[in-house]
Amino acid sequence: MVHMENLSQHHLDVLQEIGNIGAGNAATALSALLNKKIDMKIPAIKIVEFNELMEDVGGPEEVIVSVFLRIQGEAPGSMFFVLSPNEASSLVEQVTGNASDDLTESDLALSAISEIGNILSGSYLSALSDFTSINLQPTVPNVSIDMAAAILMQGLIEISMESDYAIMIDTTIKEEGERSSSIKGHFFLLPDPTSFDKIFSSLGVEDQ
Amino acid sequence: MIVTEPIVKVGIADLKITNVPHSLKTSGLGSCVGVVIYGRKLAGLAHVMLPDSTTSKKQLSNPMKYADTAIDLLVEQLLHEGARHSNLQAKIAGGAHMFSFQSNNSMLKIGDRNVEAVLAKLEQYHIPVVAQDVGGSKGRTIEFNIATSMLKIRTVNSGVVEI
Repeated sequence: MVHMENLSQHHLDVLQEIGNIGAGNAATALSALLNKKIDMKIPAIKIVEFNELMEDVGGPEEVIVSVFLRIQGEAPGSMFFVLSPNEASSLVEQVTGNASDDLTESDLALSAISEIGNILSGSYLSALSDFTSINLQPTVPNVSIDMAAAILMQGLIEISMESDYAIMIDTTIKEEGERSSSIKGHFFLLPDPTSFDKIFSSLGVEDQ
Repeated sequence: MIVTEPIVKVGIADLKITNVPHSLKTSGLGSCVGVVIYGRKLAGLAHVMLPDSTTSKKQLSNPMKYADTAIDLLVEQLLHEGARHSNLQAKIAGGAHMFSFQSNNSMLKIGDRNVEAVLAKLEQYHIPVVAQDVGGSKGRTIEFNIATSMLKIRTVNSGVVEI
């Protein structure tokens, strides 16, 4: 059994590559959706205590827009597509053509975010599933706009049953160029502790 | 054991106690429950993540993470610092459902289960729950002022309330 507290660098490299493949696919999907060039940053693998994770996303009270889904199947986990409220408004505007100042007051904006999150996480997961030959099914995505800790802890419950640490595969995607209104989002992939063995064995990675 | 910064911050799966004139704060409670137990001049706050330590899959786990063991610790520390059991009271907040999944997965109903477990444990200690703000689908940041015994609750959309 691979325990997340003692993964080797080799294991972490494999997880990074998994994030790379998934998020690459999602970036391509977003690029097609917006007809714009989307850059993807090589994912960061972090083994973090829950409180550190919250500091990483700007503090536990930072307001985030998130699309959350559970991954079901042979390697369960949680997945979040996270944007700041400004970035989410800008993304909605680019997709629907409607400027919306307040996401929470527009059902159309919220359903657009949900659908975009659905498309992007679906393409992320299907790349993962193809690469690892592991059967993965996403649940219906859920949108929430609230404090980061309140939202992200929901995806950490399974992990918390076994550990005080999460392995977070974080990829940033952003629109090419540095305009202030450019789109920037994060994918957080949080495999459940039981999933690591399955992921590594499917890729032929020896337990070290 | 007593922390004496003006505002004592409590992290996730953490607990602290302090005395007047300080206050205790924890940020971004979702399905987690913030449990304040207080006496006349002392108070403790736990940020509880899960209902029951006996379901833990790992043996060496953090006792501050579970409703049952965190409340044991809070009561023990308060009594150790001189609080009288008969004076103890509690206020709780949190236990929300941040997402509305249509699912049978009990982990997604963890907010309700956390609240039930906290109430059951407080009942077991005969500590009256004076006020509570639980459930719903919103994140909460809470701050307890020991001098006034008021619990301030901040949310993103409904501002600040005191209970």
